[in-house]
Amino acid sequence: MTTAPLLTATNVTMRFGGLTAVRSMDLTVRPGQIVGLIGPNGAGKTTFFNCLTGLYVPTEGTVTYQGTTLPPKPHLVTKAGIARTFQNIRLFANMTVLENVLVGRHTRTHEGLFSALLRTPAYHRAEASSIQRARELLEFTGLTPKADHLARNLPYGEQRKLEIARALASEPGLLLLDEPTAGMNPHETRATEQLVFAIRDQGIAVLVIEHDMRFIFNLCDHVAVLVQGEKLIEGDSGTVQSDPRVIAAYLGTPFEGAPGQAEAAEVAAAEAAAAAGTDGTHGTHGTHGTHGTHGTDDAHNAPGEEDEPR
Amino acid sequence: MTQEPANNQPATTETTPLIPFPLTTARALTTGCAALTALSTFTAWTWTTAFPGNLTINGYPGGLQLLTLTGALLTLLHTLAARGTPGLRWLNPAGGNRATLLLATGTLATTWYTLIAIAVQLGGIVNLEPGGYLAAITSLLTLLSALALPLERRTLTSHPDTDTPATPTLLHNLLRTLRPGTTPHPPPPARPLPPWAEILVIAAVFALALGVTTYGIGTSYGELFTGFLLLTGFTAAALHQAGLTARLTQLTAKHRNITIATAFIAAAVFPFTQDTDEYTLIIVNILIFATVALGLNVVVGLAGLLDLGYVAFLGVGAYTAALVSGSTASVFHIHFPFWAAALTGAAASLIFGVIIGAPTLRLRGDYLAIVTLGFGEIFRITVNNLDGHSGPSLTNGPNGIPNIPDLVLFGYNFGDSHTLGGLTLNAYANYYLLMLLFTVIVVLVFSRASNSRIGRAWIAIREDETAATAMGINGFRLKLLAFALGACLAGLAGTVQAHVIHTAVPESYVFAGPVPPNSAFLLAAVILGGMGTITGPLLGAALLYLIPAKLQFLQDYQLLAFGAALILLMRLRPEGIIPNRRRQLEFHEPAPAEGATP
Ligand SMILES: Nc1ncnc2c1ncn2[C@@H]1O[C@H](COP(=O)(O)OP(=O)(O)OP(=O)(O)O)[C@@H](O)[C@H]1O
Ligand SMILES: [Mg+2]
Repeated sequence: MTTAPLLTATNVTMRFGGLTAVRSMDLTVRPGQIVGLIGPNGAGKTTFFNCLTGLYVPTEGTVTYQGTTLPPKPHLVTKAGIARTFQNIRLFANMTVLENVLVGRHTRTHEGLFSALLRTPAYHRAEASSIQRARELLEFTGLTPKADHLARNLPYGEQRKLEIARALASEPGLLLLDEPTAGMNPHETRATEQLVFAIRDQGIAVLVIEHDMRFIFNLCDHVAVLVQGEKLIEGDSGTVQSDPRVIAAYLGTPFEGAPGQAEAAEVAAAEAAAAAGTDGTHGTHGTHGTHGTHGTDDAHNAPGEEDEPR
Repeated sequence: MTQEPANNQPATTETTPLIPFPLTTARALTTGCAALTALSTFTAWTWTTAFPGNLTINGYPGGLQLLTLTGALLTLLHTLAARGTPGLRWLNPAGGNRATLLLATGTLATTWYTLIAIAVQLGGIVNLEPGGYLAAITSLLTLLSALALPLERRTLTSHPDTDTPATPTLLHNLLRTLRPGTTPHPPPPARPLPPWAEILVIAAVFALALGVTTYGIGTSYGELFTGFLLLTGFTAAALHQAGLTARLTQLTAKHRNITIATAFIAAAVFPFTQDTDEYTLIIVNILIFATVALGLNVVVGLAGLLDLGYVAFLGVGAYTAALVSGSTASVFHIHFPFWAAALTGAAASLIFGVIIGAPTLRLRGDYLAIVTLGFGEIFRITVNNLDGHSGPSLTNGPNGIPNIPDLVLFGYNFGDSHTLGGLTLNAYANYYLLMLLFTVIVVLVFSRASNSRIGRAWIAIREDETAATAMGINGFRLKLLAFALGACLAGLAGTVQAHVIHTAVPESYVFAGPVPPNSAFLLAAVILGGMGTITGPLLGAALLYLIPAKLQFLQDYQLLAFGAALILLMRLRPEGIIPNRRRQLEFHEPAPAEGATP
């Protein structure tokens, strides 16, 4: 608690024309922390990430990393020590796995065009050490057997891993993960959990967006909830998990009488109209309650959005 | 290709022959018919020498008959190799009969092309002698019996969505078997040879390539060149299917430096094989074209920047060199030594590259294409007008800057013929060797740049600029670097070009015109040959230069034919003739269907 913050976002606001995707967002990440960012679809989580990494220039607010204000340029942010992955995987599809990771080394190596053309001894040394580091990262993420495959030929789960390896190659102090387990099976999700812990143990702080609640609450020391561009609440897992507003707005509830019932009743009415029995009500309600805690896919989360009280 | 099932299962193959026949009979038939085709070339195919190449003689083959003979003999050898004949097995390391089929098709194509050309030119098939009919029939029979051999191809069954006919026709099956882009099985690892033997093999291959190229450039009439293209095209595909190119790639990868040196020597030997400078002039022009295309490949193939006015940078280099090299028409009465002129030209191009690139490369999308297209035109119009009347006197307007004196390096005058060890080097041969040196420089720059931190950053930008910048790559700076490097290489080539043609005129530097290099042809050479490769643009440039030069009748329809060829190529083989090494990695596992990339 007493350590100086690694990342501080102050009053970050992002407007697209009339739409305010992120409003006055404050967030602090301290060294060694795993911070979760959750919220319904369209809450502005990815937009907030883009503001942090300079892909968007925030309409208002500043982002400070290790005490210095970051310029809104992605390559300078990476150079400063923040690396990220993308929600919709963005690998260099026609490069090999190893080459993808080598590209991640770009900011940590400085060989220019001339040393490449002249193949100076310094160039050979830098290249060799880059390749060695890249291979270590492939080993770390378990991609070594696939080093010479094209990135686009990897299965989905491995593409996500490769994005993480590529981000780690820039030797970041803070890693931003945008839905790292989206589309993964439970087994792969557990493996990713272990991977994130291992990354934290290397002294890299992690800020992670995720819809898988079990993943978030297993992993994070600190969770912030974003709803409609605004921070609803933040605190440790326990606080966030038990906050009635979070339950109402995002998690859904297994209890009768909670806001989720309005929707369930709606569904029931619709089904009754379609000449169905009363069993349908219970069935629908039950699914809704469970998916709130485990749901990963967008279709299932859509009702969550409608659940919002405000 | 897109209608193939998109799952990750390796496509099942079937090997039943398209024409049901016992295997031994089919083999014997193929061998026999190929031999008969070869024999038919020793007979007269027509009665008059009006058709070029003299195909009237009973007793030995002439002109186009030689091509049929070569094709038939290759078919014969490959049929025997596929059978496992001792001593010939190395010809077909991948196994299977596809090579035989391709060679039989190539022979048929060349033969029938010849016979049709005779009939059309001389007015009717009455002009064919019995030998001609014999060749037509035997080559057709060779193909048919090759179709009775077991051929590996994908099965049709799997996908319910596709509307492939339930009972495939023979033609349909044939197309499926011959479909371009079908990758052969990787051949089993080669029996290790002693290193000297491997090097000998590489040398032999390059000598053969030199021989074939020399023959192609030396073809003295269009029909022969067309036949040559048909046969070499099919033969190259056949050798690829037989697994020989894969074998060769293994060897060249092992002896990289020796390969480059051998290729260089083979290219340098070319002018020594020529008595006149007719073909040396052709090949020096090809070399200029190819070198500039390779420079463009840095911009287009590596960094993915569409430059539609690239030839203007060649022009800047050429004009700069022309102005400072002591031409009587130059407004500056200075005569720099060649190295200084070359550097000035390269520097001038570099400056123009930065001036054009700096404002446009900050933007994304197609702005660069529009601006470079404009720049190309502005350059041509400006040099046309800087004649002292419409503008300041600098470039002499449409007349250009003629009379650039011949180069003299260390007392060696490039304009004179020299005799080296009994072999004569004429003027163009001198310039050819000089240009070859520049080609080697550009090849080295390309290969070293592409395989480095900077090159990887370029490719990353090409693949996904947002992700690249998120990896810490300064997109603008690296794109400017690629653009400026490309401009600089073109400028360098331009300085040599000005000396080779002794003049610099505005009409050489247009977007699209009858004579390569122009911007459209340069881009086409890169795309046709294979983006991001070294050999691709070289081959693409050679084809795009030779085809219009050899096939006079195409002159009027050149751009039409060219457009049609590009469309066909993009449909059949979007990765270019020589696919990028990265594409070849798809061997590692069954690739997902094309278009599956996000
Ligand atoms: N470039 C843009 N221009 C206009 N609107 C945008 C832009 N990017 C995002 N938005 C809008 O901002 C809002 C927040 O989107 P964002 O992608 O940040 O949501 P998210 O929380 O990441 O959702 P998800 O969980 O689905 O990934 C959405 O309404 C979206 O339509
Ligand atoms: Mg998102």
